[in-house]
Parts: sequence; structure tokens; C-alpha cells
Amino acid sequence: MKAPPFAYARARSTAELFDLLGQHGDGARILAGGQSLIASLNLRLSEPQVLVDITHLPDLRGITVADGVVTIGALTRHAEVAGSDLVRQHVPLLAQAVAHVAHPAIRNRGTIGGSLALNDPAAEYPAVALALGAILVVRGPGGVRRIPAAEFFRGIYATGLAADELLEAAEFPVQAPGERAVFLELARRHGDYAMVGLAAQGRMEAGQAAGLRLVFFAVGDGPTEARAAMAAAQGGPLRDRIATAQAALDADLDPPGDLNATPATRRHLARVLLGRALTELAA
Amino acid sequence: MTGLSTSVAVKLHVNGVLVSRTVEARTHLVDFLRDTLGLTGSHAGCEHGVCGACTVRVDGHAVRGCLVLAASLDGASVETVEGLTETGALADLQGAFLQRNALQCGFCTAGMLVSAHELLQEQALPDRAAIRAAMSGNYCRCTGYHAIVDAIDAVAQDRAAKGLAA
Repeated sequence: MKAPPFAYARARSTAELFDLLGQHGDGARILAGGQSLIASLNLRLSEPQVLVDITHLPDLRGITVADGVVTIGALTRHAEVAGSDLVRQHVPLLAQAVAHVAHPAIRNRGTIGGSLALNDPAAEYPAVALALGAILVVRGPGGVRRIPAAEFFRGIYATGLAADELLEAAEFPVQAPGERAVFLELARRHGDYAMVGLAAQGRMEAGQAAGLRLVFFAVGDGPTEARAAMAAAQGGPLRDRIATAQAALDADLDPPGDLNATPATRRHLARVLLGRALTELAA
Repeated sequence: MTGLSTSVAVKLHVNGVLVSRTVEARTHLVDFLRDTLGLTGSHAGCEHGVCGACTVRVDGHAVRGCLVLAASLDGASVETVEGLTETGALADLQGAFLQRNALQCGFCTAGMLVSAHELLQEQALPDRAAIRAAMSGNYCRCTGYHAIVDAIDAVAQDRAAKGLAA
């Protein structure tokens, strides 16, 4: 379908952006890469009065590393994340994840900030951000807030971002020596929405997993920490604890059914991914 | 401050030609190309980013024509299948598609060619799995894809043999 009518404004400064957001309140939507927003407009799932294009705001694009933190500007495109040596070297979990984000033509346009701010339940970045304890840097008319991922993601398409705030950047901790990252996803077609996905990171100490983080996505309202499975996988030789962790996982998940998979299928696939991830970490 | 309007003036290059138009803010790039400029080579299929029939290039990168607003492209450079055909950039791919029967109805072909062109610019000799991954965002309802993968594979090998690789 075609999008409904709306006005368009290009913000040239954050001051101008906050003016527009202040003026139009809930009627305004921020347009970044637009790869989810324009699709939802075309489907008439969303009918804003005005789109405020932020793609010409300075300083919101690029990847830097300093003091043990990789900072990625909100307007950095998926293709740029995928092509970044800094990301590959310092945030391998994110480097693995971005390969699963949509199709090439969408990766050329979509942005990491847009994906994090939307918090689609099947999206990869929120799971990575939660698994790594990333910080979301948010600017509003009153200044900057730095929100930990665990407080930022709040359910289906919901975040800690206020209507008059802009997500400026995400800060990912540099992977510590000895840590390993495993990112796995199942989709019907490469690049399509995940049926089930898992972001896992941890280190091995004498055959046991330590500091293990397991975050599933596309199994509920948003990135979902598998606390029971994390506990079950630790405290003994990891190789011997994989089946126990898989059994414990049932308590962590309450997946919905849809056209792609029933809840039972999703639980099964989540156990399969968990088994693969822990086997890889233990190897 | 920017005045708020549902009409937006844009100036951009399309296939090397500078065009200035006033567009409705809600107009997608593919509709702008087809309806305003008469460039009907790019096709509007699903109109929500799934099928890839509208794939064109913006500032040197393949994008979905249905997921980009023409209003946001002031100052951009757009290339369509018409422009890429005129420069000869697609000639060998088009020849291979024809030779291998990699199209039947042809609705998806413009998008297929633009996606394949980008793949071969980025990877000199992608294997068949890499070709399938790169083309995963383009639907074809006729061919069953094998012939398309064959055609792209053949061009990659041919370009490599002639030393034309990326």
C-alpha cells in the first residue's frame, strides 16, 4: 500500500529537532533509516502527522573505541556495523549478530539507533545490548541520560525513551580477554525476522562456564534473559551441564505462537540453539 | 525553523541527470521514479520491503525503493536499472540472465540485477551459498532461483577470468 499523508521536516540541529518534537508531541515520529517505520506507514499501522528526518544531524554516525568502550552513533547503518574492523575485533557478538539483520539493501539504509529505539521483539541488537550490558545514550531538551540496556528495553516496541528524546549512541563494552561470543538465529529465509535467536557470551574456567549471559529474542516481548538456564549451565563442567540447562530453559520462556512457529516449536528451537551455543562455548 | 508541509522540494541526480521536483512527503522513491519521472524499469511489488522488486541504488548502495521517501533524497544520487543499463554496468549480467533463462515474467529482474551488481562489486568470487545469501532479499515467483544463481555465478567466474573482478 501507499503511506498515508504526513508532513516532512528535516532537522538540521538537535535544538530544531526538540522544537519539532515539542510542538507535535505524539504526532511526530523520528525518521532515521526508515526501514521499519516506512514499512509500517505503508501498511498504515502508524499514521503520524509529521516525520522529522534526523539523517542530516551531525555527529550521530560512526564507530569509535576508547577506554574499553565501543561507541556506535545512532545513525550508523547496519552495513557499516557489519564492515567495521573495530566491531569485529572488540564486540564479536555484535559482529556475528549483524550478519542476521535483514537483507543487504535494507542493511544499506537501516540504522542501529533505529533498531534499538524500535525494540522489535525479533530484533538482534536489543538482545546483544542486553547480553553485553550496553549503555544507551539518550538526549532530551534537558540534557543527556545514560540508560543501561536492562532498564531501556521494556516490552514490545517499548523502551525507556521519552517522546521528546533522541537515542544518540549505544556504548558496548570491549570484550574481555578469554570471553567468547556465540550468536545464533533461525529464520525461514536468510535475513527474515527471526523465529528464535540467542545471544550468548561467557568465558571458560577449567571446563566450567563463568560470567555466562544468555539472551533470547523473538520468543516474547523483547530480549529475554534466560536466568534459569544461565544458573543451570554454571557450577560444574559445562559439557555435562548442557542437558540440564536445556531442561531449565523452559522456565525462562513463554513464547507466543504465530504463522511461523507454535509456542511448542519455539521452545524446542530455543533448546536446540542453547545446546549449540553451549557446545560451542565448551569447545 | 523548517516550515511544515506535506509537499517537499527536492533536487537530486537520477542516472546522472539533475532533476528538481516538488513531491508529496509520502511518495516513495519507486513511485517517484515510475510515476513522476517515467522510469518504469523498477517495479513496485509488496510495498513493504519484502520482495526486492523495487531495488535501486542511492549514493552507490542498493536500497529498497519502497522504503525510502523521495522527500528525504535532496542532494542524493540515484541509479536505476535504466541508468545502469545505459552505462553497460549490467550488460554481462543481463546477457547471462537471458542465456540461462533466469527470468520468465521479468517482474523481479530489475531488482535482481541491481542486487547482483552490488554483490559482484563487493565480492569477486562469491560461492553459491554467498550468492543465495546476498540475493535472499529478492523474491522470484517463476524461476525457482537456480537459474538466477547460475547466471550470477557464471558472470562472477567470467569477470574473474577476464581480470575484471571487484
